[in-house]
Amino acid sequence: MSEILVKDKNSAEIENYTLNFGPQHPAAHGVLRLVLEMDGEVIDRCDPHIGLLHRGTEKLIEYKTYLQAVPYFDRLDYVSPMNQEQTFSIAVERLLGITPPKRAQYIRVLFGEMTRILNHIMNIASYAMDVGAMTPFLWTFEEREKIMGFYDEVCGARMHANYVRPGGVSQDMPAGLMDRIKLWADAYPAMIDDLEGLLTENRIFKQRTVDIGVVSKEQAIAWSFTGPNIRASGIPWDLRKSQPYDSYEDFDFDIPIGKHGDCYDRYLVRVEEMRQSVRIIQQCLEKMPSGPVRVNDRKIMSPPRAEMKTSMEALIHHFKLYTEGFKVPEGEVYAATEAPKGEFGVYLVSDGTNKPYRCRIRAPGFTHLEGMDAMLRGHMLADVPAVLGSIDIVFGEVDR
Amino acid sequence: MTASIDKLQEIVAPLGAALGAHATCELKRGNLIVFAKPESIIKVLTTLRDDPRLTFDQLIDITAADYPERAERFEVVYFLLSMKQNLRVMVKVLTGEEGVIPTACGVWPSANWLEREVWDMYGVYFSDHPDLRRILTDYGFEGHPLRKDFPLTGYVEVRYDEDQKRVIYEPVKLAQDFRRFDFLSPWEGIQKILPGDEKAPPPPSKQGGT
Repeated sequence: MSEILVKDKNSAEIENYTLNFGPQHPAAHGVLRLVLEMDGEVIDRCDPHIGLLHRGTEKLIEYKTYLQAVPYFDRLDYVSPMNQEQTFSIAVERLLGITPPKRAQYIRVLFGEMTRILNHIMNIASYAMDVGAMTPFLWTFEEREKIMGFYDEVCGARMHANYVRPGGVSQDMPAGLMDRIKLWADAYPAMIDDLEGLLTENRIFKQRTVDIGVVSKEQAIAWSFTGPNIRASGIPWDLRKSQPYDSYEDFDFDIPIGKHGDCYDRYLVRVEEMRQSVRIIQQCLEKMPSGPVRVNDRKIMSPPRAEMKTSMEALIHHFKLYTEGFKVPEGEVYAATEAPKGEFGVYLVSDGTNKPYRCRIRAPGFTHLEGMDAMLRGHMLADVPAVLGSIDIVFGEVDR
Repeated sequence: MTASIDKLQEIVAPLGAALGAHATCELKRGNLIVFAKPESIIKVLTTLRDDPRLTFDQLIDITAADYPERAERFEVVYFLLSMKQNLRVMVKVLTGEEGVIPTACGVWPSANWLEREVWDMYGVYFSDHPDLRRILTDYGFEGHPLRKDFPLTGYVEVRYDEDQKRVIYEPVKLAQDFRRFDFLSPWEGIQKILPGDEKAPPPPSKQGGT
């Protein structure tokens, strides 16, 4: 009897094999290497190997002035650049003890919400493609192009904006941009309807996502989930509501939550968040205050170009700001915002000089990817792209 | 902002009572900070999570900072969030290069990767960790890059070698020296220190001057 058991155990060990997924795989959303321990087609254990895109951002920022550190934030989660610049700017502003003017805050909210749409359509489209639908990818990239056009108009770059700066934004919006955003925002909900028409009740899409990768409320808290992923598990937690920053308290919007915490709910939450973002954008355009977009402090933000032509003082300030930069009082701060992927946090330690002593970047994707192992156990191999796509991973921020 | 500071002040007393002798807490510039000893960190974290007055039930992040001039150079920081109270707290632990911190994996499963990252970047050792491997750096990487004494350029660089038909590692060669500008003095004016002056005896101080 015992001999037979031992024999069975041995043969089971032979059947278990290891599968290498990635690092170059179209469904890996970048450079992810998954080492999967398989029992037949069922996943026993999943060990993500990350760090293939590690560029040492935190180390580099320690050697750069505060202003030079801003562009690094575009390159973390390169699908939603402006939200991250905003977080870093808020952290620096809290250390400096300044508040940007109201118009700058509204512009940040306006572009922050457009970035949220930018991120969510990218996620939904590539997710749909991972599970077999091609059309949404083509449709949504047209919309992304329009939003990146607005990025271009406001700061001159389509993706790596470097627009939000400590103390406000780099420049005011060009004339007529708000009208063009209004035209786009009026038309956009129809696009969401079209997208939903393709996916929400699609039989194949539902077969691939419903009841796959279920995360309970308790698991979501224990695994440090944030953002749409924790809301899909039924926890109404959104930093824009609970810890408002940059005038989010002025806007009226709802927080969608899911019931089951599966891949399908995570998709639905993102779709509804896009509708809420459009609501915020509309309110932002209606209520946009006039006035300056930068703090009126020459020791923090440079003077306008015209003033530099006539004022020696202004010229000196400009030169000092772009060589030495500004000094930030000694102290530490943790600033967190609701980035499209979840809680994006910046822990900044200043030693009173012009460079950060320590800048820790808390990326939401890091802990989401960590939860993959728990989500995938007992699922089939084909569910790997479905789960991976639904937690919205971008390796720029996971690897930093 | 002010409302949350009031709320933080209200929680300082129950926090001190719950933690007792294990840790001290203070409210500094709007941050609620708990200082704990490495040996009592698990007790502190469990209390913060489970005490009904505190309910800091979500671990947001674990990170560290390096202060080489201190006796215990690493400051490991745990960021906790209470959704019920809408409050955040930082828990700080000081440790040296030889120090050991018990792992928090038993309190929150997500501590696993976060501690691996602190180990990778700073070399802070977590005892009883189920899987303390490097996480972000290369396979076979040596050193802990976020330490202040680790150079920005690192020690090795990689390239594809046409002869050997594989990627090879070489010591870093810089075509131009790494430039570090000292921006911190110009406005204050030069200090009158001439090279070699430090060897001369200090000038006699003038007596009776105004």
